Amino acid sequence: MEKVHISSQFDADLEAVRSRLLQMGGMVEQQLRNAMAAYITGERELVEQVRSTEDSINMMEIELDDRCTHLIARRQPTAGDLRLIMAVIKITTDLERVGDEAAKIGRIVGQMHDSGIAKLNGFSDIHVAANMAVGMLKDALDAFARVDVVAAERIIKQDRQIDNEFRSLLRELITFMMEDPRTISTALGVVWIAKALERVGDHAKNIAEYVVFVAEGTDVRHSGGPADTAL
Amino acid sequence: MVIPMPNATPQPAQVSSIKAEIRDFNFFYGNFQALKNINMGIEEGKVTALIGPSGCGKSTYLRCFNRMHDLYPGNRYEGQIVFYPDNTNLLAADVDPIEVRMRVGMVFQKPNPFPKSIFENVAYGLRVRGESRRSVLEEKVEQALHGAALWNEAKDRLHEPAYNLSGGQQQRLCIARCLATDPEMILFDEPTSALDPIATASIEELIDTLRGKVTILIVTHSMQQAARVSDFTAYMYLGEMIEYGKTDDIFVKPRDKRTEDYITGKFG
Repeated sequence: MEKVHISSQFDADLEAVRSRLLQMGGMVEQQLRNAMAAYITGERELVEQVRSTEDSINMMEIELDDRCTHLIARRQPTAGDLRLIMAVIKITTDLERVGDEAAKIGRIVGQMHDSGIAKLNGFSDIHVAANMAVGMLKDALDAFARVDVVAAERIIKQDRQIDNEFRSLLRELITFMMEDPRTISTALGVVWIAKALERVGDHAKNIAEYVVFVAEGTDVRHSGGPADTAL
Repeated sequence: MVIPMPNATPQPAQVSSIKAEIRDFNFFYGNFQALKNINMGIEEGKVTALIGPSGCGKSTYLRCFNRMHDLYPGNRYEGQIVFYPDNTNLLAADVDPIEVRMRVGMVFQKPNPFPKSIFENVAYGLRVRGESRRSVLEEKVEQALHGAALWNEAKDRLHEPAYNLSGGQQQRLCIARCLATDPEMILFDEPTSALDPIATASIEELIDTLRGKVTILIVTHSMQQAARVSDFTAYMYLGEMIEYGKTDDIFVKPRDKRTEDYITGKFG
């Protein structure tokens, strides 16, 4: 059983920040799912939903930063509490950026469908990358919720896979474009989406790294050997 | 209710319910003016912290609220400390200081239990008020000890000397002694400066639980403590109220450069 602080208000404040962050994470995850659903169906409503969620996510970023600022000013958190607050501040930024990537996908999907060049079914391989990215994000948030280092380390390793997936997708798209130049516009759109998903994987990896920092106090960023050479 | 405030000392934005209103207040030790033209409203049921460097007048100010300065000749109050809802100026000549001290309890820097049993310490104020019924005393003492988060530790040793308690427990006993007479306001004068961090944390938690039930004014040397426990913070310097506002604002974006310098440790 987790020990509690003598100050019950401090416990309540920390818990509020933690659960608000997870709420933000849930929203971002849903936004990403909607963006990819819009890619398949071309539903304008979904595209619009993705756009409007971005505003709420941005507001949550501001709110969470403000909460953390006040927590630091009023409670002077130390040790595990300090690491948690630091992680929340960092994860908030990553989540907001995932939100930006989802919004970007939404915009591209909107344009693709608008210009009627969307013979998208041929590019279904991107779903593999999409599922990977959403899965990693979800797992990273779960690992944060449970402060699960083992899961976090697994996610950190997984990022390599999504990078590989991106590269093979790129090769595939280049082949499409070479075979039939009429696919270039659509293929380029898909490249952008794939790149956005690859970035989502990076953010999920960052979140997992902060989980390790919260749990063990070690900073595992930039320690994975030679940097990945995705474009 | 309109509270006159000079520009330099802004009023807390949300004026929900004012317990005490300080108007054009000055205080003199003989010829020395220790407090200068203080105007502020203290919110009911909230914790208001007074911070500032040594000698800034924060303890002097605190002591005005229960007329402690009356004990020494040559001390002089000017202006008013008006208590609501009855609109009584605590400083008025026709207001009995004993009555003021019934309404305004005080907890000091060092725990100062009486050389009596735990029970009698808490019952003391009630006895002074003429209460002698055993059942009432027992009930009130238990209530007060619960209120001060001391009941579980003290219930089996109520008739032991209060000095047998640890420092932190003695301080909570003093808070229980205050609570027993149902004061409207409690003044804390650096209540944890003689305690270790754990005992300090439990006093702070106690103050947190008293929030809403009683109005609290606390003087503290520790800015961090002010940040942790208070809803409002007032920064005093050389007898003046430099800035007064919500603790969240004071510690994140103070308006006055002098406040910022003090709380960031650039004072000197």
